[in-house]
Amino acid sequence: MGFLDTLLGRTKPVPPKLDDLFAIPTAAITLQAAMGLVPTGTGSVCFRAAEGRAFSDIEKDVRELLSMGEDAAPVEVTTDSYGFTWLVCHHAADDVEALVTDLHAVNSSLVDGGFGPQLLCTLVSFRDDSGKRLGLVYLYKRGTFYPFAPLDNERRDNALELQVRGAVGVDLKIEPDLNRWFAVWGAPGL
Amino acid sequence: MAKTRYAPDKGLTARMTLTMFLLGLVFVAFIIVLVWLLSAFGVGSGAIIFFAILLGAGLTIGSFFYSDKIALSAARAVEVGPNDGPMAAKVHGIVDRLCALADMPKPRVAIARSPMPNAFATGRNAKKAVLCVTTSLMDGRLDDRELEGVIAHEMSHVAHKDVAVMTIASFLGIIAGLLVRFAFYGQLFGGGGRSNNDNNGGGAIVLLITLAVGIVVYAVSFLLIRLLSRYRELAADRAGALLTGQPSALASALTKVSGDIARIPQKDLRQAEPLNAFYFAPALSGKAGASLANLFSTHPSLDRRLRQLSEISEQLAR
Repeated sequence: MGFLDTLLGRTKPVPPKLDDLFAIPTAAITLQAAMGLVPTGTGSVCFRAAEGRAFSDIEKDVRELLSMGEDAAPVEVTTDSYGFTWLVCHHAADDVEALVTDLHAVNSSLVDGGFGPQLLCTLVSFRDDSGKRLGLVYLYKRGTFYPFAPLDNERRDNALELQVRGAVGVDLKIEPDLNRWFAVWGAPGL
Repeated sequence: MAKTRYAPDKGLTARMTLTMFLLGLVFVAFIIVLVWLLSAFGVGSGAIIFFAILLGAGLTIGSFFYSDKIALSAARAVEVGPNDGPMAAKVHGIVDRLCALADMPKPRVAIARSPMPNAFATGRNAKKAVLCVTTSLMDGRLDDRELEGVIAHEMSHVAHKDVAVMTIASFLGIIAGLLVRFAFYGQLFGGGGRSNNDNNGGGAIVLLITLAVGIVVYAVSFLLIRLLSRYRELAADRAGALLTGQPSALASALTKVSGDIARIPQKDLRQAEPLNAFYFAPALSGKAGASLANLFSTHPSLDRRLRQLSEISEQLAR
Protein backbone atom coordinates (compact mmCIF):
# COMPACT_ATOMS: atom_id res chain seq x y z
CA MET A 1 0.00 0.00 0.00
CA GLY A 2 1.41 3.33 -1.04
CA PHE A 3 2.17 6.31 1.16
CA LEU A 4 -0.58 8.34 -0.48
CA ASP A 5 -3.18 5.65 0.12
CA THR A 6 -2.30 5.61 3.80
CA LEU A 7 -2.32 9.38 4.06
CA LEU A 8 -5.71 9.59 2.38
CA GLY A 9 -7.18 6.60 4.17
CA ARG A 10 -8.19 4.71 1.05
CA THR A 11 -6.86 1.21 1.57
CA LYS A 12 -8.19 -1.18 -1.01
CA PRO A 13 -9.18 -4.79 -0.45
CA VAL A 14 -6.26 -7.05 -1.38
CA PRO A 15 -6.60 -9.28 -4.45
CA PRO A 16 -5.74 -12.96 -3.90
CA LYS A 17 -2.70 -14.77 -5.29
CA LEU A 18 -3.87 -18.00 -6.91
CA ASP A 19 -1.00 -19.67 -8.77
CA ASP A 20 0.89 -21.17 -5.86
CA LEU A 21 -2.06 -23.42 -5.08
CA PHE A 22 -0.88 -25.83 -7.79
CA ALA A 23 2.20 -26.72 -5.77
CA ILE A 24 0.02 -28.81 -3.43
CA PRO A 25 0.17 -32.14 -5.35
CA THR A 26 3.98 -32.14 -5.24
CA ALA A 27 3.95 -31.33 -1.54
CA ALA A 28 1.44 -34.13 -0.96
CA ILE A 29 3.89 -36.66 -2.41
CA THR A 30 6.68 -35.30 -0.23
CA LEU A 31 4.52 -35.44 2.90
CA GLN A 32 3.56 -39.02 2.22
CA ALA A 33 7.14 -40.12 1.54
CA ALA A 34 8.77 -38.23 4.38
CA MET A 35 6.21 -38.36 7.16
CA GLY A 36 3.56 -40.90 6.25
CA LEU A 37 0.88 -38.21 6.03
CA VAL A 38 -1.66 -39.23 3.40
CA PRO A 39 -4.17 -36.85 1.80
CA THR A 40 -7.75 -37.65 2.80
CA GLY A 41 -9.13 -36.38 -0.50
CA THR A 42 -10.97 -33.56 1.24
CA GLY A 43 -10.23 -29.92 0.66
CA SER A 44 -12.06 -26.70 1.32
CA VAL A 45 -12.11 -23.06 0.33
CA CYS A 46 -12.93 -20.48 2.98
CA PHE A 47 -14.25 -17.03 2.13
CA ARG A 48 -16.16 -14.17 3.69
CA ALA A 49 -19.50 -13.93 1.94
CA ALA A 50 -20.40 -10.38 0.98
CA GLU A 51 -23.94 -9.21 1.46
CA GLY A 52 -26.26 -8.75 -1.47
CA ARG A 53 -27.59 -10.52 -4.50
CA ALA A 54 -24.41 -10.37 -6.61
CA PHE A 55 -22.41 -12.53 -4.24
CA SER A 56 -25.10 -15.09 -3.51
CA ASP A 57 -25.62 -15.59 -7.26
CA ILE A 58 -21.93 -16.30 -7.75
CA GLU A 59 -21.88 -18.66 -4.78
CA LYS A 60 -24.81 -20.59 -6.20
CA ASP A 61 -23.13 -20.86 -9.61
CA VAL A 62 -19.94 -22.23 -8.04
CA ARG A 63 -21.84 -24.90 -6.17
CA GLU A 64 -23.65 -26.00 -9.32
CA LEU A 65 -20.42 -25.99 -11.31
CA LEU A 66 -18.62 -28.23 -8.83
CA SER A 67 -21.50 -30.69 -8.56
CA MET A 68 -21.70 -31.10 -12.35
CA GLY A 69 -18.58 -33.22 -13.09
CA GLU A 70 -19.08 -36.92 -13.97
CA ASP A 71 -17.66 -38.37 -10.75
CA ALA A 72 -18.35 -35.37 -8.61
CA ALA A 73 -19.29 -35.81 -4.98
CA PRO A 74 -21.75 -33.26 -3.63
CA VAL A 75 -20.17 -30.08 -2.38
CA GLU A 76 -20.84 -29.29 1.25
CA VAL A 77 -21.39 -25.71 2.35
CA THR A 78 -20.94 -24.75 5.97
CA THR A 79 -20.68 -21.48 7.84
CA ASP A 80 -18.31 -21.39 10.80
CA SER A 81 -18.80 -19.50 14.05
CA TYR A 82 -16.93 -16.49 12.67
CA GLY A 83 -19.38 -16.12 9.79
CA PHE A 84 -16.98 -17.42 7.14
CA THR A 85 -18.29 -19.81 4.49
CA TRP A 86 -16.49 -23.08 3.73
CA LEU A 87 -17.05 -24.98 0.48
CA VAL A 88 -15.87 -28.54 1.04
CA CYS A 89 -14.96 -30.78 -1.92
CA HIS A 90 -14.41 -34.55 -1.72
CA HIS A 91 -12.31 -36.61 -4.11
CA ALA A 92 -10.50 -39.93 -4.16
CA ALA A 93 -7.59 -39.86 -1.72
CA ASP A 94 -4.99 -40.35 -4.44
CA ASP A 95 -6.35 -37.67 -6.76
CA VAL A 96 -5.02 -34.49 -5.22
CA GLU A 97 -4.74 -32.86 -8.65
CA ALA A 98 -8.47 -33.10 -9.26
CA LEU A 99 -9.12 -31.72 -5.79
CA VAL A 100 -6.88 -28.72 -6.42
CA THR A 101 -8.56 -28.12 -9.78
CA ASP A 102 -11.93 -28.00 -8.05
CA LEU A 103 -10.65 -25.63 -5.40
CA HIS A 104 -9.21 -23.43 -8.10
CA ALA A 105 -12.59 -23.32 -9.84
CA VAL A 106 -14.05 -21.72 -6.71
CA ASN A 107 -11.27 -19.15 -6.65
CA SER A 108 -11.54 -18.14 -10.25
CA SER A 109 -15.33 -17.84 -10.09
CA LEU A 110 -15.08 -15.45 -7.16
CA VAL A 111 -12.26 -13.48 -8.77
CA ASP A 112 -14.13 -13.22 -12.09
CA GLY A 113 -17.17 -11.95 -10.24
CA GLY A 114 -15.08 -9.22 -8.67
CA PHE A 115 -15.07 -10.77 -5.20
CA GLY A 116 -11.45 -12.01 -5.11
CA PRO A 117 -10.66 -10.03 -1.95
CA GLN A 118 -13.26 -12.06 -0.04
CA LEU A 119 -11.12 -15.24 -0.25
CA LEU A 120 -9.50 -16.14 3.07
CA CYS A 121 -7.75 -19.49 2.80
CA THR A 122 -7.86 -22.93 1.32
CA LEU A 123 -7.30 -26.09 3.33
CA VAL A 124 -6.24 -29.56 2.19
CA SER A 125 -6.35 -32.24 4.87
CA PHE A 126 -3.95 -35.09 5.62
CA ARG A 127 -3.90 -37.96 8.10
CA ASP A 128 -1.36 -40.57 9.17
CA ASP A 129 -1.76 -44.16 10.43
CA SER A 130 -1.82 -43.18 14.08
CA GLY A 131 -4.70 -40.77 13.46
CA LYS A 132 -2.75 -37.53 13.55
CA ARG A 133 -4.52 -34.82 11.59
CA LEU A 134 -2.90 -32.11 9.53
CA GLY A 135 -4.33 -29.29 7.46
CA LEU A 136 -2.20 -27.57 4.88
CA VAL A 137 -3.54 -24.02 4.80
CA TYR A 138 -2.98 -21.68 1.86
CA LEU A 139 -3.27 -17.95 2.60
CA TYR A 140 -4.62 -16.25 -0.51
CA LYS A 141 -3.42 -12.76 0.29
CA ARG A 142 0.13 -13.82 1.12
CA GLY A 143 0.50 -16.59 -1.43
CA THR A 144 2.01 -18.75 1.33
CA PHE A 145 1.22 -22.00 3.13
CA TYR A 146 1.32 -23.06 6.75
CA PRO A 147 0.60 -26.35 8.51
CA PHE A 148 -2.18 -26.60 11.09
CA ALA A 149 -2.29 -29.72 13.28
CA PRO A 150 -5.21 -29.69 15.75
CA LEU A 151 -5.24 -31.84 18.89
CA ASP A 152 -8.16 -32.30 21.26
CA ASN A 153 -9.37 -29.39 23.41
CA GLU A 154 -8.27 -26.68 20.99
CA ARG A 155 -4.56 -27.34 21.33
CA ARG A 156 -2.12 -27.44 18.46
CA ASP A 157 0.58 -30.02 17.79
CA ASN A 158 3.32 -27.44 17.23
CA ALA A 159 6.02 -30.12 16.96
CA LEU A 160 4.25 -31.77 14.05
CA GLU A 161 3.65 -28.39 12.41
CA LEU A 162 7.32 -27.46 12.57
CA GLN A 163 8.30 -30.90 11.31
CA VAL A 164 5.98 -30.42 8.32
CA ARG A 165 7.46 -27.00 7.69
CA GLY A 166 10.88 -28.64 7.39
CA ALA A 167 9.60 -31.41 5.14
CA VAL A 168 7.74 -29.34 2.55
CA GLY A 169 9.84 -26.17 2.78
CA VAL A 170 11.30 -26.90 -0.64
CA ASP A 171 8.01 -27.59 -2.41
CA LEU A 172 5.91 -24.82 -0.91
CA LYS A 173 6.36 -21.20 0.06
CA ILE A 174 5.90 -21.45 3.83
CA GLU A 175 4.63 -18.37 5.66
CA PRO A 176 7.71 -17.01 7.49
CA ASP A 177 5.75 -14.98 10.06
CA LEU A 178 4.55 -17.48 12.68
CA ASN A 179 2.03 -14.91 13.92
CA ARG A 180 0.07 -15.47 10.76
CA TRP A 181 -0.30 -19.22 11.32
CA PHE A 182 -3.74 -18.67 12.77
CA ALA A 183 -5.76 -21.56 14.11
CA VAL A 184 -8.77 -22.78 12.15
CA TRP A 185 -10.52 -24.81 14.85
CA GLY A 186 -13.32 -26.95 13.59
CA ALA A 187 -12.49 -26.32 9.96
CA PRO A 188 -14.83 -28.55 7.93
CA GLY A 189 -13.16 -31.53 6.34
CA LEU A 190 -10.21 -31.60 8.74
CA MET B 1 -8.37 -8.57 -15.37
CA ALA B 2 -11.57 -9.07 -13.50
CA LYS B 3 -13.66 -6.08 -12.64
CA THR B 4 -13.23 -4.49 -9.26
CA ARG B 5 -16.12 -3.69 -6.97
CA TYR B 6 -14.07 -1.59 -4.65
CA ALA B 7 -13.89 1.86 -6.16
CA PRO B 8 -12.40 4.52 -3.87
CA ASP B 9 -14.64 7.43 -2.87
CA LYS B 10 -13.15 10.31 -4.85
CA GLY B 11 -15.20 12.96 -3.06
CA LEU B 12 -13.99 11.83 0.35
CA THR B 13 -10.40 11.73 -0.86
CA ALA B 14 -10.68 15.23 -2.29
CA ARG B 15 -12.21 16.67 0.89
CA MET B 16 -9.57 15.02 3.03
CA THR B 17 -6.78 16.33 0.81
CA LEU B 18 -8.22 19.84 1.00
CA THR B 19 -8.43 19.66 4.81
CA MET B 20 -4.82 18.54 5.10
CA PHE B 21 -3.76 21.25 2.66
CA LEU B 22 -5.53 23.92 4.72
CA LEU B 23 -3.92 22.62 7.90
CA GLY B 24 -0.52 22.87 6.22
CA LEU B 25 -1.39 26.37 5.00
CA VAL B 26 -2.32 27.52 8.51
CA PHE B 27 0.91 25.99 9.79
CA VAL B 28 3.03 27.86 7.23
CA ALA B 29 1.20 31.13 7.89
CA PHE B 30 1.70 30.60 11.62
CA ILE B 31 5.46 30.13 11.17
CA ILE B 32 5.69 33.19 8.93
CA VAL B 33 3.92 35.37 11.50
CA LEU B 34 6.14 34.05 14.29
CA VAL B 35 9.30 34.77 12.30
CA TRP B 36 7.98 38.23 11.50
CA LEU B 37 7.24 38.86 15.19
CA LEU B 38 10.76 37.79 16.11
CA SER B 39 12.45 39.95 13.52
CA ALA B 40 10.24 43.00 14.11
CA PHE B 41 10.43 43.10 17.88
CA GLY B 42 13.76 41.45 18.61
CA VAL B 43 14.12 38.53 20.94
CA GLY B 44 11.62 39.82 23.51
CA SER B 45 9.07 37.20 22.49
CA GLY B 46 11.68 34.71 21.37
CA ALA B 47 11.85 32.80 24.62
CA ILE B 48 8.08 32.27 24.75
CA ILE B 49 7.89 31.02 21.17
CA PHE B 50 10.95 28.86 21.63
CA PHE B 51 9.60 27.19 24.75
CA ALA B 52 6.15 26.71 23.23
CA ILE B 53 7.61 24.94 20.21
CA LEU B 54 10.01 22.90 22.33
CA LEU B 55 7.33 21.79 24.78
CA GLY B 56 4.83 21.22 21.96
CA ALA B 57 7.30 19.06 20.05
CA GLY B 58 8.12 17.17 23.24
CA LEU B 59 4.44 16.49 23.97
CA THR B 60 3.74 15.44 20.40
CA ILE B 61 6.71 13.09 20.19
CA GLY B 62 5.89 11.68 23.63
CA SER B 63 2.27 11.00 22.79
CA PHE B 64 3.32 9.58 19.44
CA PHE B 65 5.76 7.07 20.91
CA TYR B 66 3.71 6.17 23.96
CA SER B 67 0.24 6.38 22.39
CA ASP B 68 -0.40 2.69 23.00
CA LYS B 69 0.62 2.76 26.67
CA ILE B 70 -1.15 6.05 27.37
CA ALA B 71 -4.41 4.96 25.78
CA LEU B 72 -4.37 1.51 27.37
CA SER B 73 -3.74 2.80 30.86
CA ALA B 74 -6.29 5.61 30.46
CA ALA B 75 -8.88 3.03 29.46
CA ARG B 76 -7.59 0.61 32.16
CA ALA B 77 -7.26 -2.04 29.48
CA VAL B 78 -5.36 -5.29 29.87
CA GLU B 79 -3.56 -6.96 27.01
CA VAL B 80 -4.76 -10.52 26.45
CA GLY B 81 -3.46 -13.57 24.58
CA PRO B 82 -5.62 -16.00 22.60
CA ASN B 83 -5.80 -18.40 25.56
CA ASP B 84 -6.99 -15.93 28.19
CA GLY B 85 -10.61 -16.96 28.35
CA PRO B 86 -13.44 -17.24 25.83
CA MET B 87 -13.78 -13.47 25.30
CA ALA B 88 -10.11 -13.10 24.38
CA ALA B 89 -10.23 -16.20 22.19
CA LYS B 90 -13.15 -14.78 20.24
CA VAL B 91 -11.54 -11.40 19.61
CA HIS B 92 -8.26 -13.05 18.63
CA GLY B 93 -10.10 -15.36 16.23
CA ILE B 94 -11.85 -12.44 14.54
CA VAL B 95 -8.65 -10.39 14.37
CA ASP B 96 -6.69 -13.36 12.95
CA ARG B 97 -9.15 -13.80 10.11
CA LEU B 98 -9.44 -10.12 9.31
CA CYS B 99 -5.64 -9.81 9.26
CA ALA B 100 -5.44 -12.70 6.81
CA LEU B 101 -8.15 -11.10 4.65
CA ALA B 102 -6.47 -7.69 4.70
CA ASP B 103 -2.90 -9.02 4.54
CA MET B 104 -1.69 -6.98 7.50
CA PRO B 105 0.36 -7.89 10.57
CA LYS B 106 -1.67 -8.83 13.62
CA PRO B 107 -2.10 -6.10 16.23
CA ARG B 108 -2.01 -6.88 19.93
CA VAL B 109 -5.41 -7.30 21.55
CA ALA B 110 -6.56 -5.72 24.82
CA ILE B 111 -9.81 -5.81 26.76
CA ALA B 112 -11.06 -2.98 28.97
CA ARG B 113 -13.69 -3.42 31.65
CA SER B 114 -16.20 -0.70 30.92
CA PRO B 115 -19.96 -0.23 30.89
CA MET B 116 -19.70 1.47 27.49
CA PRO B 117 -19.82 -0.77 24.43
CA ASN B 118 -16.89 0.58 22.44
CA ALA B 119 -13.55 -0.19 20.82
CA PHE B 120 -10.41 1.70 19.88
CA ALA B 121 -7.11 1.11 18.15
CA THR B 122 -3.88 2.87 18.99
CA GLY B 123 -0.12 2.57 18.54
CA ARG B 124 2.16 4.49 16.24
CA ASN B 125 2.57 1.84 13.54
CA ALA B 126 1.14 -1.49 12.47
CA LYS B 127 3.68 -3.43 14.54
CA LYS B 128 3.02 -1.47 17.73
CA ALA B 129 -0.73 -1.35 17.20
CA VAL B 130 -3.11 -2.41 19.96
CA LEU B 131 -6.76 -3.09 19.40
CA CYS B 132 -8.92 -2.68 22.46
CA VAL B 133 -12.55 -3.68 22.98
CA THR B 134 -14.62 -3.08 26.08
CA THR B 135 -16.26 -5.90 27.99
CA SER B 136 -19.73 -4.55 27.35
CA LEU B 137 -19.13 -4.64 23.60
CA MET B 138 -18.80 -8.39 24.03
CA ASP B 139 -21.69 -9.02 26.40
CA GLY B 140 -24.02 -10.18 23.69
CA ARG B 141 -25.78 -7.02 22.62
CA LEU B 142 -23.84 -7.15 19.35
CA ASP B 143 -24.02 -10.34 17.32
CA ASP B 144 -20.86 -11.84 15.84
CA ARG B 145 -21.17 -10.13 12.48
CA GLU B 146 -21.63 -6.74 14.10
CA LEU B 147 -18.67 -7.32 16.38
CA GLU B 148 -16.59 -8.25 13.35
CA GLY B 149 -17.69 -5.02 11.67
CA VAL B 150 -16.55 -2.95 14.65
CA ILE B 151 -13.18 -4.72 14.74
CA ALA B 152 -12.74 -4.29 10.97
CA HIS B 153 -13.35 -0.55 11.43
CA GLU B 154 -10.62 -0.39 14.08
CA MET B 155 -8.21 -2.43 11.96
CA SER B 156 -8.73 0.09 9.16
CA HIS B 157 -7.63 2.82 11.56
CA VAL B 158 -4.43 0.81 12.06
CA ALA B 159 -3.96 0.32 8.32
CA HIS B 160 -4.49 4.03 7.67
CA LYS B 161 -1.98 4.92 10.42
CA ASP B 162 -4.53 7.26 11.94
CA VAL B 163 -2.64 7.68 15.20
CA ALA B 164 0.37 9.03 13.31
CA VAL B 165 -1.71 11.22 11.01
CA MET B 166 -3.79 12.72 13.81
CA THR B 167 -0.76 13.24 16.06
CA ILE B 168 1.07 15.16 13.37
CA ALA B 169 -2.09 17.11 12.59
CA SER B 170 -2.53 18.03 16.26
CA PHE B 171 1.06 19.31 16.56
CA LEU B 172 0.07 22.74 15.28
CA GLY B 173 -2.87 23.03 17.64
CA ILE B 174 -0.74 22.01 20.62
CA ILE B 175 1.91 24.67 19.88
CA ALA B 176 -0.69 27.36 19.30
CA GLY B 177 -2.44 26.41 22.53
CA LEU B 178 0.78 26.52 24.53
CA LEU B 179 1.71 29.84 22.99
CA VAL B 180 -1.60 31.34 24.03
CA ARG B 181 -1.12 30.11 27.56
CA PHE B 182 2.48 31.36 27.82
CA ALA B 183 1.65 34.73 26.32
CA PHE B 184 -1.29 35.07 28.68
CA TYR B 185 0.79 34.36 31.77
CA GLY B 186 3.59 36.54 30.37
CA GLN B 187 1.08 39.36 30.10
CA LEU B 188 -0.07 38.83 33.67
CA PHE B 189 3.26 38.47 35.42
CA GLY B 190 5.97 39.41 32.95
CA GLY B 191 5.37 43.14 32.35
CA GLY B 192 6.55 44.69 35.64
CA GLY B 193 9.28 42.26 36.48
CA ARG B 194 11.49 43.08 33.51
CA SER B 195 14.58 45.16 34.16
CA ASN B 196 14.47 47.16 30.95
CA ASN B 197 11.90 49.95 31.13
CA ASP B 198 12.36 51.01 27.51
CA ASN B 199 11.32 47.64 26.23
CA ASN B 200 8.24 47.27 28.37
CA GLY B 201 5.79 48.90 25.98
CA GLY B 202 7.09 46.89 23.02
CA GLY B 203 7.08 43.68 25.02
CA ALA B 204 3.45 44.06 25.97
CA ILE B 205 2.47 44.61 22.34
CA VAL B 206 4.41 41.56 21.26
CA LEU B 207 2.70 39.48 23.90
CA LEU B 208 -0.70 40.78 22.82
CA ILE B 209 -0.01 40.01 19.18
CA THR B 210 1.31 36.56 20.06
CA LEU B 211 -1.81 35.94 22.13
CA ALA B 212 -4.08 37.00 19.28
CA VAL B 213 -2.23 34.98 16.66
CA GLY B 214 -2.17 31.96 18.94
CA ILE B 215 -5.90 32.14 19.58
CA VAL B 216 -6.76 32.45 15.89
CA VAL B 217 -4.43 29.62 14.87
CA TYR B 218 -5.69 27.45 17.70
CA ALA B 219 -9.32 27.97 16.75
CA VAL B 220 -8.79 27.37 13.04
CA SER B 221 -6.57 24.33 13.49
CA PHE B 222 -8.97 22.91 16.08
CA LEU B 223 -11.82 23.01 13.56
CA LEU B 224 -9.66 21.57 10.79
CA ILE B 225 -8.39 18.74 12.99
CA ARG B 226 -11.93 17.83 13.99
CA LEU B 227 -12.93 17.89 10.33
CA LEU B 228 -10.00 15.67 9.43
CA SER B 229 -10.91 13.29 12.25
CA ARG B 230 -14.46 12.97 10.89
CA TYR B 231 -13.13 12.20 7.41
CA ARG B 232 -10.77 9.58 8.84
CA GLU B 233 -13.73 7.93 10.57
CA LEU B 234 -15.67 7.80 7.31
CA ALA B 235 -12.63 6.33 5.56
CA ALA B 236 -12.29 3.67 8.28
CA ASP B 237 -16.00 2.82 8.04
CA ARG B 238 -15.62 2.43 4.32
CA ALA B 239 -12.47 0.29 4.42
CA GLY B 240 -13.88 -1.84 7.24
CA ALA B 241 -17.14 -2.48 5.40
CA LEU B 242 -15.32 -3.42 2.21
CA LEU B 243 -13.00 -5.73 4.14
CA THR B 244 -15.80 -7.84 5.58
CA GLY B 245 -18.15 -7.31 2.65
CA GLN B 246 -20.87 -6.61 5.23
CA PRO B 247 -21.61 -2.87 5.37
CA SER B 248 -25.05 -3.47 6.86
CA ALA B 249 -23.61 -5.37 9.83
CA LEU B 250 -21.37 -2.40 10.62
CA ALA B 251 -24.33 -0.07 10.21
CA SER B 252 -26.46 -2.01 12.66
CA ALA B 253 -23.55 -2.15 15.12
CA LEU B 254 -23.29 1.63 14.88
CA THR B 255 -26.96 2.19 15.61
CA LYS B 256 -26.84 -0.16 18.59
CA VAL B 257 -23.62 1.25 20.03
CA SER B 258 -24.46 4.94 19.67
CA GLY B 259 -27.92 4.35 21.08
CA ASP B 260 -26.46 2.59 24.11
CA ILE B 261 -23.78 5.17 24.70
CA ALA B 262 -26.24 8.02 24.98
CA ARG B 263 -27.85 6.21 27.92
CA ILE B 264 -24.66 5.73 29.98
CA PRO B 265 -24.25 7.70 33.22
CA GLN B 266 -22.39 10.99 33.12
CA LYS B 267 -19.36 10.01 35.21
CA ASP B 268 -18.09 7.47 32.74
CA LEU B 269 -18.63 9.85 29.89
CA ARG B 270 -16.26 12.38 31.41
CA GLN B 271 -13.64 9.76 32.06
CA ALA B 272 -13.71 8.59 28.50
CA GLU B 273 -13.73 11.97 26.82
CA PRO B 274 -9.99 12.50 26.22
CA LEU B 275 -9.83 9.23 24.31
CA ASN B 276 -12.74 10.06 22.05
CA ALA B 277 -10.74 10.66 18.89
CA PHE B 278 -9.72 7.02 18.78
CA TYR B 279 -12.99 5.41 19.78
CA PHE B 280 -15.37 3.61 17.49
CA ALA B 281 -18.31 5.78 18.52
CA PRO B 282 -17.87 8.97 20.50
CA ALA B 283 -19.13 9.09 24.06
CA LEU B 284 -20.88 12.43 23.58
CA SER B 285 -22.63 11.77 20.30
CA GLY B 286 -26.01 12.28 22.02
CA LYS B 287 -27.94 14.59 19.74
CA ALA B 288 -26.17 14.83 16.45
CA GLY B 289 -28.81 17.12 14.98
CA ALA B 290 -27.26 20.50 15.76
CA SER B 291 -24.82 21.66 13.12
CA LEU B 292 -22.59 23.42 15.65
CA ALA B 293 -22.14 20.16 17.54
CA ASN B 294 -21.22 18.52 14.25
CA LEU B 295 -18.57 21.14 13.61
CA PHE B 296 -16.82 20.38 16.90
CA SER B 297 -17.26 16.64 16.96
CA THR B 298 -14.53 14.06 16.33
CA HIS B 299 -16.96 11.66 14.67
CA PRO B 300 -19.39 12.20 11.79
CA SER B 301 -23.09 12.06 12.62
CA LEU B 302 -24.72 8.66 12.72
CA ASP B 303 -26.84 9.63 9.71
CA ARG B 304 -23.79 10.47 7.65
CA ARG B 305 -22.10 7.17 8.51
CA LEU B 306 -25.21 5.10 7.82
CA ARG B 307 -25.72 6.85 4.49
CA GLN B 308 -22.20 5.95 3.36
CA LEU B 309 -22.62 2.33 4.45
CA SER B 310 -25.86 1.92 2.54
CA GLU B 311 -24.16 3.31 -0.57
CA ILE B 312 -21.44 0.66 -0.20
CA SER B 313 -24.06 -2.03 0.29
CA GLU B 314 -25.71 -0.99 -2.95
CA GLN B 315 -22.36 -1.00 -4.71
CA LEU B 316 -21.59 -4.55 -3.54
CA ALA B 317 -24.94 -5.96 -4.61
CA ARG B 318 -24.71 -4.61 -8.13
